[in-house]
Amino acid sequence: MFAHQKSQANRDVGEKNTVKFAIIVNEGPYTHQASDTAYQFARATLAKGHEIVRVFFYHDGVNNGTKLAVPPQDDRHIPNNWAQLGKDNNLDLVLCIAAAQRRGILDEKEAKRQGKETDNVIDGFRISGLGQLIEAGIQADRTITFGD
Amino acid sequence: MSILHTVNKSPFQKNDLESCLAHVNSNDAVLLIEDGVYGAISGTRFSVLTSSSDADIYCLKADLDARGIDPDKLTDGVKLIDYDGFVDLVAQNDAVNSWL
Repeated sequence: MFAHQKSQANRDVGEKNTVKFAIIVNEGPYTHQASDTAYQFARATLAKGHEIVRVFFYHDGVNNGTKLAVPPQDDRHIPNNWAQLGKDNNLDLVLCIAAAQRRGILDEKEAKRQGKETDNVIDGFRISGLGQLIEAGIQADRTITFGD
Repeated sequence: MSILHTVNKSPFQKNDLESCLAHVNSNDAVLLIEDGVYGAISGTRFSVLTSSSDADIYCLKADLDARGIDPDKLTDGVKLIDYDGFVDLVAQNDAVNSWL
């Protein structure tokens, strides 16, 4: 623990050691470093026994949810890593619908509705609206944003 | 009320670190991540700002290592932490402000 540990903060999270986190990712994969940092942070959070109420992918962050990414085999596969982390820990991985549609990130239902020949959202992610971000912020003890 | 401020830009590129340090309170914490770790190096014009800040200054070791910066080169008083420490900082402060 840290010397500067705050009494107020400790009161807020109460006696329980489990803290609820909401994570916002505003940057796409392989851009700078935000999706990597967010992923490592999410892993560390879960490893410490905390809870992640939702990971909300906004703006270019929705590109983390594509199943069509084919990075070199010796490189990390950021979208698959997120999907796997979500699957292993039953995470709610949400892509902002307005940001996703602008960037050609479509789930099966939306691809069909728009007459597109394929959908491209990885299993484990879902597309929804900004209300999910607000709700996550309300439900979580702490909200942290990763972006550029 | 205490706030954890995260800074992810090099101070040589953007003025986020300077803005952040001008706004922090004494019970806040500042965490340098990604290119923000360049702000933790001693002997630059920013080391005066970090060493004289009332807030506690932290630096993410993984990002320092990724940039080949020797931890011995850190400004005095800057504390090195890992991702576990990052999670603890977020939990211990009331809110997080990401300087993006």
